[in-house]
Amino acid sequence: MDFELMIGSFPKLLSATVITLKLLSLSLFFGLFIGLLFAILRMNKNPIVNKFAYGYSYVFRGTPLLVQIFIIYFGLGQIEYLRSTFLWVMLKEPYWCAIIAFALNTGAYTSEILRSAFQTIKPGLIEAGKSLGIPNKVIFYKIQIPIAIKQSLPAYGNEIILMLKGTSLASTVTLMDLTGVAKYIISTTFKPIEVFIVAGGIYLFMTFCVHNLIKFLEKKYGFQT
Amino acid sequence: MELLAFGKTGWGDELFYATLMTLAVSITAMLIGFFFALIFTPFKLSKHKSLNLIGNFYTTVIRGVPELLVIYLFFFGGSGAIMFVASMFGYYEYIEINAFITGSFAIGIISGAYSTEVFRGAIQSIDKGQFEASKVLGIKKHIQFYKIILPQMLRLAIPNLSNVWQITLKDTSLISVTGLVEIMRQSYIAAGSTRDPLFFYSFAAVLYLLLTYLSMKLINKLEVKYSRGF
Repeated sequence: MDFELMIGSFPKLLSATVITLKLLSLSLFFGLFIGLLFAILRMNKNPIVNKFAYGYSYVFRGTPLLVQIFIIYFGLGQIEYLRSTFLWVMLKEPYWCAIIAFALNTGAYTSEILRSAFQTIKPGLIEAGKSLGIPNKVIFYKIQIPIAIKQSLPAYGNEIILMLKGTSLASTVTLMDLTGVAKYIISTTFKPIEVFIVAGGIYLFMTFCVHNLIKFLEKKYGFQT
Repeated sequence: MELLAFGKTGWGDELFYATLMTLAVSITAMLIGFFFALIFTPFKLSKHKSLNLIGNFYTTVIRGVPELLVIYLFFFGGSGAIMFVASMFGYYEYIEINAFITGSFAIGIISGAYSTEVFRGAIQSIDKGQFEASKVLGIKKHIQFYKIILPQMLRLAIPNLSNVWQITLKDTSLISVTGLVEIMRQSYIAAGSTRDPLFFYSFAAVLYLLLTYLSMKLINKLEVKYSRGF
């Protein structure tokens, strides 16, 4: 056990954690919007819209995240047309490519979580709202969405943890996030166990925080059951 | 399309073998995972605090740390660990382990943590009366497990195990960083030499979709078979 290396690598890994957290928070932010959009599309009665939303979540949940990042980072640059649009500014940066891939991926999972949450809302609540003369839009924003968010909290907490682990794949497209730096230190010092303990410890600490935050939110906003 | 031709002109046969490799790694990893689950599920259900702690430590650490980090640990640390063990038996030559073994072991340990949670949940949701009734009837412990607990447990575990299978199948794509030629690695090679990454990575996505789709069909059949009478 090389304790000196463990202590020495800790600050380097900690500064790389900032990138991991940035990637995580940005992709979760965009992913939530994508998820909400596709959850609403999934409940649309038009079969084409419905099938499209289903296809989206099926494809993104059925393929590895690594493939998705590679398609966006290496593949999209091949399309000549994209190079001339404003999107190119983002697509040539590995940072934004990773965020786009993560957001699309977590969006697919989030849409499934939200859809099932919407579907478990008792129809009685919506009917009660209607009979009180509340407009449909208000019912959606004031009744359905808050209940759906509460219902989906535990599942969404799992999704945050999965996404936290998913951000490690950013290291495959040259980003120096926590895993990227850990790999660099391992490959220069050949001390995998020590680095694994430190980097793994940081990841575990973050999962622990997310887990407890969700637990706290559940207690605060959840149903008394 | 000519890019996918079989033989020397295209990448069809290479990608076909790569798909078989992905399947082989996934199945091996899943079986290694079952082996780990078989060890750690009793730990997690045990009444001893220390055994319980070991079980919880395993599932928490593995499920809380990125898969890629675990793979790097095995990739860089695997041969070192084996050499350390070998040196205790007086063997000091350099040992290199095959990427297939390292990869399926790393993914297997990850998949094992998920399987452990699934088995624990399944056993815990079996009615206590079942254990008591079989005890009262004087059924021996191992027969109780094989004939009464296991069949009921499988019925409850199969839907969740199919999730574990999907996770494992997708995780195998990460082994490509160690150089094992599975779908992802082969697409990387093909994309590099033809300068057509969009096509090859999209094709890789299609292959993964095909694998998940077909395995879901198969698992659904199993599910129907094991939930007879419910």
